[in-house]
This record gives sequence, structure tokens and C-alpha cells, in this order.
Amino acid sequence: MSKFDDILIKAELWRKNNKSVALATVVSTWGSSPRPVGSQMAISEDLDIQGSVSGGCIESSVITAAQEIMKTGKPKLLKYGVSNSEAWEAGLTCGGKVEVFVERIGDND
Amino acid sequence: MKDKTLSQILSEKQNRNTIVVATEINSGEQIIVKNDSDSEINNKILFTAKNNIIQGKSEVIEIESKKWFINISLAPLRLIIVGAVHIAQPLAEIATISGYEVIIIDPRAAFANNQRFPDIKIVNEWPEVALNNLEIDHRTAVVTLTHDPKLDDSALNAALKSNAFYIGSLGSKKTHNARIQRLKMAHFSDTEINKIHGPIGLNIGAKSPQEIAISIMSEIVSIRNKFENNGDN
Repeated sequence: MSKFDDILIKAELWRKNNKSVALATVVSTWGSSPRPVGSQMAISEDLDIQGSVSGGCIESSVITAAQEIMKTGKPKLLKYGVSNSEAWEAGLTCGGKVEVFVERIGDND
Repeated sequence: MKDKTLSQILSEKQNRNTIVVATEINSGEQIIVKNDSDSEINNKILFTAKNNIIQGKSEVIEIESKKWFINISLAPLRLIIVGAVHIAQPLAEIATISGYEVIIIDPRAAFANNQRFPDIKIVNEWPEVALNNLEIDHRTAVVTLTHDPKLDDSALNAALKSNAFYIGSLGSKKTHNARIQRLKMAHFSDTEINKIHGPIGLNIGAKSPQEIAISIMSEIVSIRNKFENNGDN
């Protein structure tokens, strides 16, 4: 099969192997943000990662949030703005802003 | 997202259908938006997001003070390569990495086989027949690489009548001029003939099959982005 959507195909594969999985999706952007609305990243409980939601600036923070969300099943909207490059908090160095929606994949039980 | 929703999204994508998923951002409530439904929220979203759906524009919209993310997935981009020649091998790989679904057409099974093209869909049929069966839509690019007028022209016969967003033909200026003359004899109009990118690819001085593949893929990407920047999808 062609890789027409490598992110969701990977997510489905992890689910079939009974792994907990979270899906992060860029839902809004302002200014110059590295990835457009609709960009996705899937994260498994083993911390396998497929896809991206920025140029690498906020991924670690999204993955940390995703680990919690895949446990609780409670989705979250994460907001990121311009970072202070001197500080350690996640943010975008490009001067843009993004909102990332993170949800668990799998039926709530 | 339910497992069932995920598998529905994947199967619609594989069938080259547009799929619209609406997610309420606070609760995570999620539906696959349908054209005909008895569900009240489905129909409200369908009405409010109708322009998004037409333009293929994913966005957060507000309905009754709730925020819904409307995620529109269009048919995957697709590259059909006619001619399982050497250039087709790196091109199939580069296109796959670029997110394109790749199909190789060549009636010569000695060239077009999964030994030479692992994991790529192969059609061992006459190009015109194969292309007509594939229903070339506006998210499909077609390139002809055979150097053999019998095969290339057969492909162009189908491709020029299709909605393909890109058509390219390998060959020198001389080869391309000869191709134009044959297509004119076959009663194709200048407008139709001008749709063909030939000599194919961006001019990056490419020589090896790998470099030519890069030049072809770069041209396809540049044409695709021009379309999208114009608001077409």
C-alpha cells in the first residue's frame, strides 16, 4: 500500500498492537508558523513518533502533554506563542503562534 | 478519536474521497461530517462550514458558542509514471517520500515489476487503457518517460483529456517538437498540447537518472504549490 497518510497509518498500526496512542493536530496558526493547519503528529505509549506540528520547536512539550492525555483520555488544546530564546519554555522562535489539539485515539472505556 | 473513526478516515482517503472530521475542542466530541444525515449538529456544521469544505480549508469555527475544528482531508496527491525506465525508480521513491501515492504503468512486465519497484502499485497495461481505468482527477500528476511514441502518445491521449494538474513528458526539445507535431495530427488543440511540460522538469542541469527525478519532482511540487496558492485544491 502506498503511504498516502503515513501518520494515521502508523497510528492505526500502533492501536492494532494494543498501544495507547495520542494524536496532535495543528488547529490554528497566526503569523509565520512552520506547519500549516491540519498538520499532525501521532505519539505512542512507547514514545514512537510520526509526523510533526512545528519545525521541532514545540514537539517535546506536545509529547509530554500527549503522554498524560493518552492515559486520561481527556483532550487538551495547547497554545504556543513566541518564545524567549533565553528561556527554557517551549515556544516558536519564528515569531508565530500555534494551537495544537491533542486527543487520545481509542474508545473510551 | 475512536478507533472506528480512524479506520473510516483511512479507508475514505484510500478511496480518494474527501473526508471532513469535526472535533469540538473542549469536550473532544467528534463526528465525520456527512452530506445526508439526520443529526442536527452534523447539519449545522455542514451549513456553517460549507465554504471551508468547498475550498478544502481546515479551520476552527464557532457554532452556538462551541468551537469546532473542521479538518478537511482531500484525496491524497498521486503521481502516475508511464514507463518503468531507470528514471522511474528514483522518481517513484522521491515521490513517495514527498507524500504522493505512486502508480507505474508499463505493459512490459520485464521492466514494470515489484522487483524493480518494491511496494509500488504496478499496472501492466497499455497506457491509455490503464489511465482511463484510474480516473485521473485534479490531484493527480502524470509523467511519461518511455521515449517510445507508441507508449507516450497513448498515455497523452488519456492524460490530455483528464483533469490532471500536471502532465510532463521526458525528451529533448527535438523529441518534444516531434511529439507536438504528432499530437496536432491527432487533432489536439494548442491549449491541450500546451498543458504538457516538455522538456520535463526544472532546469537544474540534471544528468543522472536520480538528478532528473529530482528535477521532475521539483517541477511537480512547484506547479502544485502555484495551484494551492491560487486557492485551488
